Amino acid sequence: MLNSLLTSSPKTHIDPAAQLAAVPEKSRAERTASFDVADFPMPHGREEDWRFTPVDRLTGLLADEPTDEGAMTVEVSDSSVIAPPLAAGEGVRGTALIPGDRASALAHAHSRKALHLLLAADTEYAEPVRVQVRGAQGKRSNGHVVIEAGANAHALVILEHTGSGEHTANVEVVVGDGAHLTVVSVQQWADDAIHLAQHEALVGRDATYRHIAVTLGGAIVRINANVKYAGPGADATLLGVYFADAHQHLEHRTYIDHNAPRCKSLVTYKGALQGDGAHSVWVGDVLIGAEAEGTDTYELNRNLVLTDGARADSVPNLEIETGDIAGAGHASSTGRFDDEQLFYLQARGIPEHEARRLVVRGFFADVINKIGVPDVVDPLMAAIDEELAVGDTA
Amino acid sequence: MATLEIRDLHVSVDTENDTKEILKGVNLTVRSGETHAIMGPNGSGKSTLAYSIAGHPKYAVTSGTVTLDGEDVLAMSVDERARAGLFLAMQYPVEVPGVTVTNFLRTAKTAVSGEAPKLRTWTKDVKAAMAELRMDNDFAERGVNEGFSGGEKKRHEILQLELLEPKIAILDETDSGLDVDALRIVSEGVNRAQGKDNTGVLLITHYTRILRYIKPDFVHVFVDGKVAEEGGPELAERLEEEGYDRFLAARV
Ligand SMILES: Nc1ncnc2c1ncn2[C@@H]1O[C@H](COP(=O)(O)OP(=O)(O)O)[C@@H](O)[C@H]1O
Ligand SMILES: [Mg+2]
Repeated sequence: MLNSLLTSSPKTHIDPAAQLAAVPEKSRAERTASFDVADFPMPHGREEDWRFTPVDRLTGLLADEPTDEGAMTVEVSDSSVIAPPLAAGEGVRGTALIPGDRASALAHAHSRKALHLLLAADTEYAEPVRVQVRGAQGKRSNGHVVIEAGANAHALVILEHTGSGEHTANVEVVVGDGAHLTVVSVQQWADDAIHLAQHEALVGRDATYRHIAVTLGGAIVRINANVKYAGPGADATLLGVYFADAHQHLEHRTYIDHNAPRCKSLVTYKGALQGDGAHSVWVGDVLIGAEAEGTDTYELNRNLVLTDGARADSVPNLEIETGDIAGAGHASSTGRFDDEQLFYLQARGIPEHEARRLVVRGFFADVINKIGVPDVVDPLMAAIDEELAVGDTA
Repeated sequence: MATLEIRDLHVSVDTENDTKEILKGVNLTVRSGETHAIMGPNGSGKSTLAYSIAGHPKYAVTSGTVTLDGEDVLAMSVDERARAGLFLAMQYPVEVPGVTVTNFLRTAKTAVSGEAPKLRTWTKDVKAAMAELRMDNDFAERGVNEGFSGGEKKRHEILQLELLEPKIAILDETDSGLDVDALRIVSEGVNRAQGKDNTGVLLITHYTRILRYIKPDFVHVFVDGKVAEEGGPELAERLEEEGYDRFLAARV
């Protein structure tokens, strides 16, 4: 092995993961993916995928520890979709999601049995399936959920996260051929909660997958929403809305692995920030492989900074390995709240707080319209109004 | 009957290094139904006057008074001024992405009149006013001024003037950037509003051409931050022939 030639003394131990971190990665495809926690050393914060995250506050959660007793309750609104839980490697578990960081590896390793939601093939679910996840303060959990939509199923699954505690979580999504599946994940944690998640979907031939992240509450929330394709002609849309308050770290990373021909992807994330130490991160990776001819992809992130002392990081990455694509683009911007807009609205008689609300709602309007689901949009708009009301009195 | 009274108004702005006085003692009285034209060269402070009356935070009033029917306008917030009956059609209307024109107009109307307009008649009024200004129906669902052309923005300002029915309207270079047809359409809108609501109009312009459509009762020549000469419509005709040279020469 070439590696042995580089080893200067037989005693020197070369940690492959540490070595990887020292060398800047050339392609997103090179990043470690493994079911083994040992393949992911404790991050120090200089790694490409942890460089924005306050890792010093994660030493507890990233310790290799099992789930505490009573750390979490999970309620599913429609018991007919609950299938027997899946052990590692059983059924579809492990076909879509291979952990991409230490948190995800922990979530996998400490979930002996994963909750399995099975949406039957050729079935249209009229009501959304609601999964209410409630964390307990001072406790940690590791969780893995498998959402499987059979061929041509039509369904909407809403995961709602509330409460407190520290949690690693995997959401593994398998979208059958021709299925239409929307997975919404709402993070409305208490101020002290930590949530590190990997949501990964394998999207079948001609299927339509939508993933919607709504992140409003929590001390540190980091969601890696990933997509790869099981066949051609599939369509994936990743939408996100976040509102970071003082001392909140809200991080979203999206990764679309265009590994099949003629697939589409659209990523739209929008966030507002207010208050001292409010921090948001969006990193959008798109890899268009050599085999992915006819790909059509666009990713966009916009941030609206409402006050001083808030910071938004926004990093789009587009890698293209084929010459034959239908479209590929990205846009990213971070702007301050525009006082001229406020003046214009006030000059028409609209009081300041209402004018501010209009501008912020306007900022989110296009992503809200894309979400389109009243079950998600109405409470979301109410929550944003509430955040702004907090900002008004602060 | 409403009266806007501006007395010895001094206004300055903060520049990078110091404070710069732009308005140097403006006196002006505008009553309901009257049309006053303020004409002056670029940089003379016309927009500063308009913004100061509307309450733009960038402009600091250092002395003087502005009252509307005796009420102290300068003590009011921007939105209070609008609710008191002042309106400013801006030279450069601001884009507010994602806020639809429909939503914006309804919110503004509700704010100035203190109650939500009756939905049925309101929708009809908006449609009719848009049609008269030759604004396509689909403007209603677009974002406020978002991607509007210069002319479309000006029509949208006049649409608001007609719907919000202010007591006194200040129009800041509403004519600039308009072709002849648009100029006529926009002017008719102003005249309609004045005819219907007996609005007092303060028409700020650099050129005389809009005065062919909107007849001023009074003309004020604005130079270097104050009114340099006043008269009737004949003063505008004189400016048409002579330009501003006479006033600018007097300054040196
Ligand atoms: N915010 C500002 N900062 C610095 N100078 C300004 C500002 N606004 C206006 N001015 C200056 O004040 C003068 C008058 O400007 P303005 O009121 O826009 O004139 P007009 O509308 O008559 O063309 C100009 O010299 C302009 O450069
Ligand atoms: Mg001007």
